[in-house]
Amino acid sequence: MERRKFIDLFLIGSGLGTFISLLYPVFRYLMPTPRKEESVSQVVAAKIGDLAPNSAKLFRFGAEPALLIFTEEGNYLAYSAICTHLTCTVGYDSSTETLLCPCHNGRFNLNGEVISGPPPRPLTRLNLQIRGEEIVVWRERG
Amino acid sequence: MTSGEKGKNKFLVYFEDRFKWSKIAELARKKTVPRHSLSYWQYFGGLCLFLFIIQVITGGLLLLHYVPSIDRAHESIQFIMGQVRFGWLIRSVHSWSANILIGAIFVHMFSTFLLRAYRPPREITWVTGSFLLFIFLAFGFSGYLLPWNELSFFATRVGTDLLGQIPLIGGSLKTFVLGGREISGATLSRFYWFHVALLPLAALFFLGIHLYLIQIHGISLPLGLKQERVKEVPFFPDFFLSESVLWLTVLAIIGLLCVFFPWETGEKADPFSPTPAGIRPEWYFTFLFTTLKLVPGHILGIEGEKLALLFILVACLFWTLVPYWDKKGQKGQKSPLITVIGLAVIIYILVFTLITYLYPGYKK
Repeated sequence: MERRKFIDLFLIGSGLGTFISLLYPVFRYLMPTPRKEESVSQVVAAKIGDLAPNSAKLFRFGAEPALLIFTEEGNYLAYSAICTHLTCTVGYDSSTETLLCPCHNGRFNLNGEVISGPPPRPLTRLNLQIRGEEIVVWRERG
Repeated sequence: MTSGEKGKNKFLVYFEDRFKWSKIAELARKKTVPRHSLSYWQYFGGLCLFLFIIQVITGGLLLLHYVPSIDRAHESIQFIMGQVRFGWLIRSVHSWSANILIGAIFVHMFSTFLLRAYRPPREITWVTGSFLLFIFLAFGFSGYLLPWNELSFFATRVGTDLLGQIPLIGGSLKTFVLGGREISGATLSRFYWFHVALLPLAALFFLGIHLYLIQIHGISLPLGLKQERVKEVPFFPDFFLSESVLWLTVLAIIGLLCVFFPWETGEKADPFSPTPAGIRPEWYFTFLFTTLKLVPGHILGIEGEKLALLFILVACLFWTLVPYWDKKGQKGQKSPLITVIGLAVIIYILVFTLITYLYPGYKK
């Protein structure tokens, strides 16, 4: 290889290397950073006695809304409150004991399954456990 | 010619027909700069421009996460430094390069002054350069408060109080800058506005004129050198490559500083806590800070601080207008008085800056 060509290649290569090494941190910086509150592993949804039978409450699960339901039979259930259709927030309809998305009338039963309307998938179920007086909710990993 | 080269040429010809960039390349090749024993001072102007570009890029990136409110400003800086990927690097580069930029501007200004590069027809180049110095000092002053930490809060209080001491307009100026009578959320919003909107526009305006005049008049020769005896080198690639070496060296130094000394976040400011010991402004204001500390309370019946401030303002005005009163310089003659003034100012700044750091508790 000619000396001139070698120097040209060396300079272009070094320039490119420098450019990429400067661009990399900028690229990483621009990518969204998960905030601490967005990546919670578990939250206390409510305390025993907060909910009457056949009622529900919305609570913050990190950055997303979630729904805690206390059924007529005395069971606690927790779901992500984000509708699987177009991400509206679902609410509890105590008269029919179903979960209703008011945007397009998507309706889910207490197992989270779609019973009517356009939602393509069931609601995401959250795990819960009663620890003393607290109802602790977390999401299954993976 | 290989098919690869043919394709490459087609590609280049397509853009050449549209952008006509060979004209710019031609201009850069024709443009020459003088090379003599003092020409290394010429590189500091380009260095200032390079550091300003770094400021614009990193400052623009910081806007992505910084929140200019007293409840969130400090937390957002902590978030940038602690959680955002490479946030510590972006902020540290912004802060370190800002400080190095002020230093480079000082070097550029004093070399221009001592080499009398402000001689006709370059008076306005000097004047716009002086405006740029004041603008960048204002950048530093406004940016210092944005992290809303203890040190910057109280230093800003002292700095704005000094503004209030300016005769006649001081009170109104202070209220305008603070957005009220005290430092508050309105002050932070205002400083943010100065820092990211007003000052960048002013800087671009004066920088545009400054660079245009340098293109028109070329680089000045030191007194005593004859144009025909000075070697001229092409701007591109000779001067450009030498300048690039300086830029890359400074970039490497900034990188090292950021890695080993990331810019601190400090304690969140609490307006109702007592002022912590050892507060001082950024290093480039410390000579003024110490001067005002040493000035007697009253001189000839007038408040010492007010008189000192008035003297500093008048001195700045004389400094900015030097091309118009240096009569010898205008005729291309050497003027020892200008050299003495320049050296005296440099020594004064150095000594008073050193006093601030070596004897921080010193009081008049």
